[in-house]
Amino acid sequence: MLGKTASGIFWMFRYLERAENIARLIETGHRFTLTRNRGRQDEWRSILSALGMDAAYRASHEEYNAAQVVDYLLRDKTNPGNLRNLIDSARQNARTTRTAITRELWEAVNECWICVNDALKRQVREAELPATIDLIERQTAQVRGALENTMLRNDGYNFSRVGNFIERADSMARLLDVKYYVLLPSVSFVGSSLDNIQWETILRSTSAYSAYRWLYPGRASALGIADFLILDRRFPRSLAFCYGKLTDNLRHLAMSYGVQSDSLTEAERIYAGFASLTAASILEDGLHEFLVDFLAQNRRLAAMVEQEYRFNS
Amino acid sequence: MATKPPCFDEMLNEDGTPRAAYAAYHKWFSEQDSTHLKQKARDAEEFFRRTGITFAVYGDDEAEERLIPFDIIPRIVTARQWTKLSRGIEQRVRAINAFLQDIYHRQEIVRAGRLPVDLLVKNEAFVSQMIGFTPPGGVYTHIVGIDLVRTGPDEFMVLEDNARTPSGVSYMLENRETMMNMFPELFSTIRVRNVSDYPKNLRASLSRVAPPACTGDPVVAVLTPGIHNSAYFEHAFLADQMGAELVEGHDIRIVNGRVAMRTTRGYQPIDVLYRRLDDDYLDPLIFKPDSVLGIPGIFDLYRAGKITIANAPGTGIADDKAIYSYMPDIVEFYTGEKPILKNVDTWRCSEPDSLAYVLDHLSELVVKEVHGSGGYGMLIGPAASKKELAAFAAKLRAKPANYIAQPTLALSTIPIFANSGLAPRHVDLRPFVLVSPDKIDITPGGLTRVALRKGSLVVNSSQGGGTKDSWVIEDD
Repeated sequence: MLGKTASGIFWMFRYLERAENIARLIETGHRFTLTRNRGRQDEWRSILSALGMDAAYRASHEEYNAAQVVDYLLRDKTNPGNLRNLIDSARQNARTTRTAITRELWEAVNECWICVNDALKRQVREAELPATIDLIERQTAQVRGALENTMLRNDGYNFSRVGNFIERADSMARLLDVKYYVLLPSVSFVGSSLDNIQWETILRSTSAYSAYRWLYPGRASALGIADFLILDRRFPRSLAFCYGKLTDNLRHLAMSYGVQSDSLTEAERIYAGFASLTAASILEDGLHEFLVDFLAQNRRLAAMVEQEYRFNS
Repeated sequence: MATKPPCFDEMLNEDGTPRAAYAAYHKWFSEQDSTHLKQKARDAEEFFRRTGITFAVYGDDEAEERLIPFDIIPRIVTARQWTKLSRGIEQRVRAINAFLQDIYHRQEIVRAGRLPVDLLVKNEAFVSQMIGFTPPGGVYTHIVGIDLVRTGPDEFMVLEDNARTPSGVSYMLENRETMMNMFPELFSTIRVRNVSDYPKNLRASLSRVAPPACTGDPVVAVLTPGIHNSAYFEHAFLADQMGAELVEGHDIRIVNGRVAMRTTRGYQPIDVLYRRLDDDYLDPLIFKPDSVLGIPGIFDLYRAGKITIANAPGTGIADDKAIYSYMPDIVEFYTGEKPILKNVDTWRCSEPDSLAYVLDHLSELVVKEVHGSGGYGMLIGPAASKKELAAFAAKLRAKPANYIAQPTLALSTIPIFANSGLAPRHVDLRPFVLVSPDKIDITPGGLTRVALRKGSLVVNSSQGGGTKDSWVIEDD
């Protein structure tokens, strides 16, 4: 497989993961404005922060008005990272990696692009927002389905998974970092119950709301949430889960290539690190410091994969 | 304005009854409900859009992707007609390869006084670096497209040879897929010859011309100028169907004296490069120095037997429009036979008598630029205004050698499925030919292009042309 092709598949799934993440954040933000204090703009602001878009948004907008933020995230041309562009890039990557993906996967990405583009031609009115988000989530789910059902479990598949989980870990850590003050020990450490709205938002925006309730009915504690989102290996968006998958996929790559892989060693090291942690120790030593450190390691791992498998040179 | 000569319609006799080739299809068609067919035509478009068979058109703002319009009425040729056509095509393609071998070696055809030497050495398409070099297996044009037009029951003529990087084969294949999807019942009752082996044959054909440096199973790659090229879909499609890598110049480097592509396991040598890039961009050390699309140094390695380039550099001379008028002589010179397929009569404006004739009859003729392609820079006399004719006459006088002229042909028509029902439109046919050292392989049928505008003779997709599925049917 060409290095360029590996890179194309890797990024195609990073873009898709990121697009899904944006859709989920919009869904949460919108729910928040409907159910909670309407005057508050902090929620949209923290969503923009979690996506690393707050500064750019403020450069061109005066207030955190729901309609404007939603449009900015979905399709505003002043935002290069808008969802429409992400889907466009994913589809562009699919075109350039056509020789390494199945026809079913290509057609799913292409259809996703056609539908999303169509839905985002004009600014989405509030009345259409839930249906639009739903459409985006269904279309990207179809792409995942096509990948899982039709792709050979070869290097192409593994690169797609590595891209997917690096992106997922990155967005989870960013979101936690934006919200880390909610989980600060001074506020809620000793088992006191959290501000309802805040923990609900965190869980909803990571698709963890119902799963968490199953596991911890009626008990939302900072410790429980941190444990769940960072360390619980059953939850498919937790950092530990992502790294479990990353080590699997990087191991498949190293084995099929018959190489000693630095990126695998590094992923294993990070993954093993989770075993020695507890939510309590993370909160005690500083959640923010932990997340900043994790984000840097995650970025480094991505760079190692790119270099090891000759994505660019 | 000249009166339009009557045209031969391939589907219907003058009395409206179907011709033999269309008997079975016509019977089926007459039993169909037109609302149902209209829905099928929309389904076909949807099918193309969903599978992404588009070409990019770049405007000021955003890239736009368009579909080449597809018409659901097939072009049908009988096996008997096809046998004759394919014999003619094979003869012509053999002659083209022999001609290329000759002009880059002893130039016997010039010595024999059958072709003016200036047409070769002063021709931009002549690549002097090819002199004295024989490509692996002696094959110059591995992939050829021969554009045919028809004017009567048995009158097929060659309008143009495409010996550089002919495109359109992906449409031939996808048109068939679409038709089989839309109208499976037609294919179970009418025996249509299969076209789907083309990618497999292309790969086999390219593998048979591996260079001396190749040691194992030949590694084939398709070289594309990139995603912004209008034929990018086809490049990716062919690479995918052949199981070959699709590479761009920046994926390639010269490593240990071989042309190699950057893979996830390191640099891997390429044995056969099917390039979809013009000669000019292939090697900046030899051709355009500012080309970033090509591979610096590839030409030296090519001559050293380290890689095969398909088609060979310098094949453009064989489809040059100035050479075209000599094709009957070329066929006869190298095959010793009379050409089976006729040329369209052609006036070379470089010759004073011809120029005078062309200027006198401009309103009846089609005038083409010698180096033009894609239907650009061409005058269609009968469709031109007085002002356009005068302007073109001035261009002709200023640079006569730059033009050839041909009569306005009464191109055959085939109906398209229009809103109002069947409507005859002019068509041409581009069969695709694969050449390997021991074999010439012609896919039955080819790509039928159709001028969708009523009365128009221009079938190019850049000028409002569409396509049809093309069938060769077994004789009963």
